[in-house]
This record gives sequence, C-alpha cells and structure tokens, in this order.
Amino acid sequence: MIRVYVSSVIAASADSVWARIRDFNGLPQWHPLIADSRIENQQPADRVGCVRAFHTRDGGRIREKLLALSDYDFTCTYEILESPMGVANYVATLKLTPVTDGDACFAEWSAEFDCEEGRERELSDLIGQGVFQSGFEALKRYFARR
Amino acid sequence: MLQKVIRSAVIDAPVERVWAVLCDFNSHDDWHSVVQKSRIEAGRDSAEVGCVRAFTLQDGSFIREQLLALDDSNYRFTYCIVEATVPLERYVSTVTLKPVTDGNRTFWHWESNFGTPPGRERELANLVATGVYEAGFASLRRHLEQGADRRIKGHSPMPMALPLPSQRIEIEAYGGHDVMRVRSAEVPAPGPGQVRIRQRFIGVNYFDIYLRRGSIPDLLPLPGTPGMEAAGSVIDIGEGVSGLMPSDRVAYMGPLPGAYASTRCVPQDWVIRLPAHIEDQVAAALLLKGITADYLLHDLAHIRPGQRWLVHAAAGGVGLILGSWASRLGARVIGTVSSPEKARLARDHGCDHVIVTGEYRFADEAKSVWSGGADVIVDGLGDAAFEENFAALAPCGHWISLGQASGAPRAVSSELLVSKSASFSRPVAFAYVATRQKLAERADRLWAAVADGSVKLPPIEPHSLAAASRAHERLESRQTTGALVLTV
Repeated sequence: MIRVYVSSVIAASADSVWARIRDFNGLPQWHPLIADSRIENQQPADRVGCVRAFHTRDGGRIREKLLALSDYDFTCTYEILESPMGVANYVATLKLTPVTDGDACFAEWSAEFDCEEGRERELSDLIGQGVFQSGFEALKRYFARR
Repeated sequence: MLQKVIRSAVIDAPVERVWAVLCDFNSHDDWHSVVQKSRIEAGRDSAEVGCVRAFTLQDGSFIREQLLALDDSNYRFTYCIVEATVPLERYVSTVTLKPVTDGNRTFWHWESNFGTPPGRERELANLVATGVYEAGFASLRRHLEQGADRRIKGHSPMPMALPLPSQRIEIEAYGGHDVMRVRSAEVPAPGPGQVRIRQRFIGVNYFDIYLRRGSIPDLLPLPGTPGMEAAGSVIDIGEGVSGLMPSDRVAYMGPLPGAYASTRCVPQDWVIRLPAHIEDQVAAALLLKGITADYLLHDLAHIRPGQRWLVHAAAGGVGLILGSWASRLGARVIGTVSSPEKARLARDHGCDHVIVTGEYRFADEAKSVWSGGADVIVDGLGDAAFEENFAALAPCGHWISLGQASGAPRAVSSELLVSKSASFSRPVAFAYVATRQKLAERADRLWAAVADGSVKLPPIEPHSLAAASRAHERLESRQTTGALVLTV
C-alpha cells in the first residue's frame, strides 16, 4: 500500500474554503487540472455513494465514488472506480481544519493505493504534487486574490 | 455538562523540531511561560505512558496531570488532570502536530473536554483557551526563535559535523538538456562562515541553461553542477556563523553555481531567513527573479508613474513579477510573449498591452501604442531582436540587456546610443546583493511586495531534481509560463 500525504495552510476560514471544495461535482470550478465533471444517474452531488465522472485537461477520464462527506469536520473521502493512472484500491481524503490563531485553515489531502512495482515514486509524485499540491496552489491563489 | 475547547496554530518550524520539544511530558516548564516548576513523580521517565507530572503555575495553582497516550509516529499525546486547585473536572486534552508539507512548518492542534462548576463555564474555558493554549503557542514560538530548544539539550553548534550523502545534477560535457546526470555525492560539514542546507526547492533560471551550454565555462568548470538559488532548512552551521540556527527555514542566491543538489554548503552571506508567510517553494521560485525585478525597478530604471516599460518574455518568471510590480508602482507596461495563452497571463499580471510574436517583431506595434517608444526595455532576447529593440526605444531611453536567449548580443556602439541619447546596461543580479545587508534589504522588500499584492505570484511549475533536464527542455522551448522549480 502506497500512502501520499500533502498538507498546506490556506489564508481563509475553513468555512469559506469548504464552500469552494465541498461540491463533489465542482472540481472544474477550482482545480486547474480538471476540465469537466458530471454526477452519474442524476444523483445529488452530496449523496454518499454518488459517482462523479470527469475529464482531466489532458483528456484522461476518471470515475470516483463518494464514500463519506462531513460538513461537521470538513472531510470528503472517495475512491477511484476507473482511471488511466494504473492505481488499485485507491481511497483519498480531503480534510480542512480551522487554524484558530489567525484567519486560515489547515488543508490535508491524502491517498492510499496499490500499483505496479516500480511505479510507486512516479505515481506518488503525480498524485501528491501533480494533483493534490496543484489543487492547494490554486486554492491559495484564489483566496490570496480576495 | 462537558465543554470542548480547541485552539490551533501554525508554527514556523519543521514538525520534528516542534515535536522534539513537546514530546517530553516534563518540558513545559522550559518553554511555557505560565508553568513555573514541573517534575515527574515517582522517579519515572517522562516518556512513560502513565507517568504523572506535578507542577505549579505563575498564579500559584497546583496541578497534577497523567500521560494517557504518547504516539511518536503521529506526533500526538493525550493527558488528563488527576488533581488540581483549579476546578477543571474530567479534563482530558490532546496535542496533535502535523507537518505542513508545502512549507516545512507545523500545524499544532490542542483540544480538551472538561466540566466546570455551574456558572464558571465561560471563565474556565477562557482560562484554558487563552491562558494555557494560546499562551503556549506564543511561548513555544519564542522558545524556538531564541534557539532555547538547542541550548537546553546541550546541543553543540554542529550537531552533525559529518559528511552527509546528497544527490546532485552533474554536467560532464557542455551541451543540450540531456547532458545533466544525477550523481551521488557527499557534502562535508560546513566550513567557517558556511551553512549546510537541506534543500527542498531549487529555483531554475535561464542563466542555468547558459551554464549548461558552456557559454560561461569559467563559471562552471567540468564536471560541474548548475543552479544559483534554493530554499530549505539549515542542517548545521560552521564556525563564526551568527543569526542562523539549525532548522531555520532559509533561502539563498549566490554567484557560484551548484544549487541543483539535495544538500549544499554555502557562505552565510548568501543566506536569508524566510518569513512565515513565504513558503519554501515560493522562495525558491522568486528569490533571484524577484531581486532582479527589484534592482531593475529601483536601482536601474528609477521607476516613476507613467514610465513606459517594454518587457520581453512577459509570461516568464521575471516578466510576470516585473509586470505586476511595475504596474503597481504606476508604470505602463507592454509585454511580448510567444502565444495567446501567455498573453492572457501577462495581462493578468499587470501588462497594459501584450504583443504576441514568434519572430522578434514588436517595434512597430509598440510604437503604435506609445508613439515615442519605450523609456525602459527589459531584454532577455539578445541578438535576434537587436534592431527591433533599438527601434522601440524612446529618446533618452534605457535598454537593459538581461539575457541572450537568441544568442549573445553584439557590441552596442556609442554612435548608436548617442543617436537616441540612450543608455545601455548589462547588469548581473549578484552585484546588487554583494553584502548580507543589501541582500536582506532587497529580500525584505520583495517579501513585503508579495504580502501586499504588489507582486502577484507567478504560476510555479515543479519538476523533481532527477527531472532537471525535462525542466530545461521545457524552459528552452518556451513551453512554460512563470517560474520553474526543482523539488528534492
């Protein structure tokens, strides 16, 4: 099992960052790598068990299932059903925690998955830096502008 | 009824350093300002789960607390009050530290549940939240800033005066991007006046490409390692170094290459400590490029409102920083770029007008916007744009040659300059940060400009150290925007 963990501090309250990322169908609105997204079978995007199907900007198609969503402790957990990355048993969690000392929040994005031997480093970089960190960078830029 | 108190903060030090202080259940009288004297009862060790610490506070309160759980791998401990002169009932508290991976800092979460006598809920919650937790954050910050955690434990100034293994990029023959190879090497302990740095991000500059091609062989004898700047944390310091401590977050830029490495010793005079709001990645992406913008604006061009700037490669690292900063200071900026996508980005970073050109043709369009031409030209293009640049220059204008992407610029004759009463400069950034004080002043001005939005952060494209050749390939082929960094 490979584990990837990335964390950051975003200069905005956990409430406002959560408002931007809570929508399980809303990746294209805030993540620079995601081109489009829809929820399958006309389900609401906050129904646990719903599936989002989206495309990355380079054309990759990914389907992910919402496993847990908590407005109380700002967490969202999901698994990959289908992707071109070559990962198995992939479960990821995105979590915010308020920083009471100043108007900011602590953001964590972690994933566990299995993959083919020899690809661990490449996939950890792709997921940790390419996907998670670039999402945080986009959020930091967005909230720095306001 | 139980109530819950949560306080959290970001501490500007790596999690290992913060945990090294907090994991000792009996260390709080060293670092926490309200704790007077603490001891572990019954001769037990402070790392033994179940041990009890007995201590007094500044106000005379007496408290005994028991360690219920200690988890080194998750930087967490839980404790409860077993006896106290303060009426906190069933008080259980947990401290958790987490690494902030994109800034090498620490998130500290401190929470508790407890009951109080009726009517005293607010007073006691406030005592815990402010008097203990928030005061604790401030105390620990001070403790670390003073380096007290190093002294108390009796650390020598050089805790690891041994060579350390390192990965670095080596060039054995000048040439294309594929001449760069990853090599293992040892980095010796820092010599007098030196600082050994665990590098986390390395800034990539076009200058590194000139070195790799062999344009300046005196500066990069073979085999050699390119790179002029990086950010990370101090491992240890050499004799005579002052003002820097192990674990300090720092960045550096220096006139000798060698930065494409995981660990490096550099002279203290190159190094600055980073303020909390500047993350390592941002520092590596911005230091040399931002200081370049700083001396261009303030020293060379003496920026003033209404001044007309023509900035080439306006969507590159220096271009984006310069565009936003110059326009915030009241200048008007025309940028040149090679694609419509870059044009949008340049506009977003302060350019009033952007010229998209693949063939170094811009003088006519620049002069159709400003009939007189540009007062200042920032030119990284070099030879292929020589005539166009001179044509775009206004009378009494200042042509600043920063680089030579298209080839070494030919000699500028005084006859040519006199025909427009023009000035020509060929500056080198390192000459503008020749002393520690100068470097600190410029860096402070840059970080302040980032903090107040004068410098809008450019996009940062990360590559791993091992993929340095890929980073060069992309930079050379003009596929990138903003700043490139290598991650270690």
